[in-house]
Amino acid sequence: MALLAEPRTALLDPMEPVPFRVRGIRDELEDTFTLELEPPNGRFEFAPGQYTMLYSFGIGEVPISVSGDASRPSRLVQTIRGVGAVTRALRNVRPGDVVGVRGPFGTPWPVDGATGRDIVFVAGGIGLAPLRPAIYRVLERRDHYGQVVVLYGARSPRELLFAEELQDWGGRFDVTVLVTVDNADRAWYGSVGVVTKLVPRAPYEPQNASAFVCGPEIMMRFAGQELESRGVAPEQIFVSMERNMKCGVGFCGHCQFATKLVCRDGPVFPFSEVARLLTVREV
Amino acid sequence: MRTVPIADLLTAHPFFGGMSTPAIQVLASCASEVEFAAGSRIFKEGDPADACFLLTAGNVALEIVVPGRGPHVVETLHSGEILGWSWLFPPYRWTFDAQALTATSAIRFDAEALRAAKAADKELGYELMTRFAQVLVDRLQATRLQLLDIYGTAR
Ligand SMILES: Cc1cc2nc3c(=O)[nH]c(=O)nc-3n(C[C@H](O)[C@H](O)[C@H](O)COP(=O)(O)OP(=O)(O)OC[C@H]3O[C@@H](n4cnc5c(N)ncnc54)[C@H](O)[C@@H]3O)c2cc1C
Ligand code: FES
Repeated sequence: MALLAEPRTALLDPMEPVPFRVRGIRDELEDTFTLELEPPNGRFEFAPGQYTMLYSFGIGEVPISVSGDASRPSRLVQTIRGVGAVTRALRNVRPGDVVGVRGPFGTPWPVDGATGRDIVFVAGGIGLAPLRPAIYRVLERRDHYGQVVVLYGARSPRELLFAEELQDWGGRFDVTVLVTVDNADRAWYGSVGVVTKLVPRAPYEPQNASAFVCGPEIMMRFAGQELESRGVAPEQIFVSMERNMKCGVGFCGHCQFATKLVCRDGPVFPFSEVARLLTVREV
Repeated sequence: MRTVPIADLLTAHPFFGGMSTPAIQVLASCASEVEFAAGSRIFKEGDPADACFLLTAGNVALEIVVPGRGPHVVETLHSGEILGWSWLFPPYRWTFDAQALTATSAIRFDAEALRAAKAADKELGYELMTRFAQVLVDRLQATRLQLLDIYGTAR
């Protein structure tokens, strides 16, 4: 266990899960929850957009993006939708249990490189979770940017992730938050329609904007196209790709996406590099 | 009260971008400014489609009543968007209810006057149809995405 007391550096074998203790579990939506994990050495450094390989002992390991605040490294926060064996098993952990963590891995959202520009976040469904650390980062350095816009779409009002935070951000005078749902009854006074419809409504200057888009591939494809048609340069649109992963560090080839390995070259890619691939079947 | 003439508002709006001054004048002669209080109904499914609107402020819900489930919002429209295309095609009846979600202002075009103007001036008719076709294509594409349930799979 001596190694665990060291800072997380290259000393650690990237294939070896490190035990993190579960400190909190919060149900976000019917099928979505957030785990708060305690790093064994008290710190987990990551850049917004990176993910970990999260290991439910005896069940398996899955890639999950960090959804917490990089300026608070004392906890590793991850938001997970239970879709299968591993993600559902992770919902059954209890405070005090231990899960295995490898990482952080992958390319970050390049928000620090977008200083001076308008910032447009576009999220769909649980895609808000991997974007949240980038939103925190931009808000922390708010005066480094022009307009800051958060566009979010979900199936229904009941399925809005981080609803309270969205409301808080929207209440700030220096952030625009637009939320839309696919389905609603009269009790909902917000927008109804797909998230791409918010793109032309938001206040930003396309030629001076950087956009960060996260959600299912089909949503990113259409959001990217809409941003591009409004005049945002495709090299200034960034998307986070998902592929099944095994090693997470470029050894096994499981996550191959055309000529790229999502685990190593991504998951965050400029839209200009992946736009064409997003329209190809079975890449 | 607004002091800007309707023709100027139309000229400045992207929907009418590129239209000639005489064409804008004709459209402005079919138009008036209207306001709807939050919660008020703008039109009702099945009623004659006697107008179309360019929303200048506020939010509008297009609703359909599903028997046993009450009103269901299919789409919302916002400042800057066009509301209503049923005036274009027989039998000229609204296919949805429209309800102002917030205090809403709009430029209202009288459908009969528009249809007459379109019939009298084929070029104006073509210009209008091209613009409305774009609105319809955008709405159709958005509806397709809505049907695809794009937040449902993966992430
Ligand atoms: C870089 C990266 C970051 C990710 N970040 C997050 C995150 O922050 N939160 C999160 O909840 N998930 C995230 N995912 C997705 C997550 O890794 C998968 O949902 C998980 O691997 C599914 O494993 P499982 O054993 O629970 O399900 P499996 O048993 O592998 O699959 C069960 C069912 O879920 C479907 N499925 C498989 N993968 C996904 C998927 N990606 N999304 C939805 N359904 C899927 C399968 O087709 C199958 O029908 C991320 C993936 C990648 C590559
Ligand atoms: S997951 Fe093994 S190469 Fe990417």
